Amino acid sequence: MIRGTARRDPVPWLAVVPAVAAAVLFGLPLAGLAWNAPWSSAWEVISSGPARDALRLSLVTSLSATAVALCLGLPLAWVQARVDYPGKRVVRALTTLPMVLPPVVGGAALLLAFGRRGLVGAPLDAAGVHLPFSTAGAVLAETFVAMPFLVLTLEAAFGNLDRAAEDAARTLGASRAYVFLHVTLPLVLPSLVAGAVLCWARALGEFGATITFAGNLQGRTQTLPLFVYLRLQGSDADGAVILSLVLLVVSVVVLVALRNRWLSVR
Amino acid sequence: MVPAVILTLFLLAACSGGADNSATAGETSRLLVFAAASLTDAFTAGSKDFKAQVPGLDLQFSFAGSGALVAQLQAGAPADVVATADATSMQTLVKAGLVQTPRVFARNLLVIVVEKGNPKRIASLADLPRNGTVVVLADTSVPAGRYADAVLAKAKVSVRVRSREPDVRAAVARVAAGEADATIAYVTDVRAAAGRVDGVALTAAQNVTASYLIAVLQASRNPVAAAGFVDATVHGAVQSQLLAHGFLAAP
Repeated sequence: MIRGTARRDPVPWLAVVPAVAAAVLFGLPLAGLAWNAPWSSAWEVISSGPARDALRLSLVTSLSATAVALCLGLPLAWVQARVDYPGKRVVRALTTLPMVLPPVVGGAALLLAFGRRGLVGAPLDAAGVHLPFSTAGAVLAETFVAMPFLVLTLEAAFGNLDRAAEDAARTLGASRAYVFLHVTLPLVLPSLVAGAVLCWARALGEFGATITFAGNLQGRTQTLPLFVYLRLQGSDADGAVILSLVLLVVSVVVLVALRNRWLSVR
Repeated sequence: MVPAVILTLFLLAACSGGADNSATAGETSRLLVFAAASLTDAFTAGSKDFKAQVPGLDLQFSFAGSGALVAQLQAGAPADVVATADATSMQTLVKAGLVQTPRVFARNLLVIVVEKGNPKRIASLADLPRNGTVVVLADTSVPAGRYADAVLAKAKVSVRVRSREPDVRAAVARVAAGEADATIAYVTDVRAAAGRVDGVALTAAQNVTASYLIAVLQASRNPVAAAGFVDATVHGAVQSQLLAHGFLAAP
């Protein structure tokens, strides 16, 4: 760390020009959103029926997806960090895949697994469980895309943990469950929170897998990003811009909340 | 900072404008046609015949729901010709002063689209509200969705719609994939889905007629070729393919 030393390099103009261009590339679209926003009718738009439904549904599905990710992803991360078993790398690759897979492809894959003609979907359908076109289907799509963010964050935290405290607790006679709940979990809590927030933000922004797998219906599967997309091509671009700004504000809040974690540069 | 911005804009312009520059310099000219999703097959087939008549023309299509096309054109998308599946979408462009006078070039009818072999034995609109029948429709931001709503309203049938798909082809694809049992789409969509779905006809009293309109963009950089394509669509090579694909001639 040499931060704070008074070293001054000559201004590297060759790098500054493309660097500024890059910053402009990130900044201009946001400026465009803010510039075109119909601020005067913002509240009217947000409080309209379809927009309120999309807001409510997005909150419900993204929080549900985060809850599912915690229930399933936390144990997965712990197993991945602490247990050696054959095929571990395959599982890690599978866990990471949704982060790089185009979400539309993820949605198509979910259909082939959980759709009416899918591997698991056909027997489920016979049993009366229909995931496509349902809110549960939207939660499933969001979980598929967002859970890796939680798993990878936690896995790293479990892996980097200094295990001295755990060992000490064990030698003092604490059970494994007690140690996990009262020693391990508090130690990884910052990562747990960060992973959950990242996972939630990704779930909130999910579009491709959701529209492909769960379809689009107001109040059931039309989450905020779907609402924005369909309003943009319909007659209500104002609504689309306003709710885009809502999503933008959420993203900024998440970024600020996690800034100490990723943006350690002042 | 300003020079960097200018440089970037210049670079972007150079990248995106490359095709146009070579087009005006060389013998080929470029024509970009925005067309409603339901026109995909007829226009693609018609373009082969049209290009045979206009050598050196680089004809490209962008197919999407009419609502998306209008939104893109209002945002300044550089198209030469636009063809919509209803008058409302075109009227939006006329009011915005973006297009020359539009012309009606074809009509289409609506039909109930069911899975191949009609396993759910759907015989009419009255069967759609049945329990366990999964119905999806096109979104109301595209003409097919509004026409479908009009058909259901006319027949006084109220259906629990399970999903509103972004365009009519996506709705038909749901039925073809077996995720939905029925949708309401254009007669021509059933033909285009080539044996993957079946159509169940509506009675004449239930049906509504979709009108297709085409217009040259005011901002077209190739207005001569654009007018040529519009002519071929109203009465010419493209019109023949429209009829061959099941569209009805304009009145």
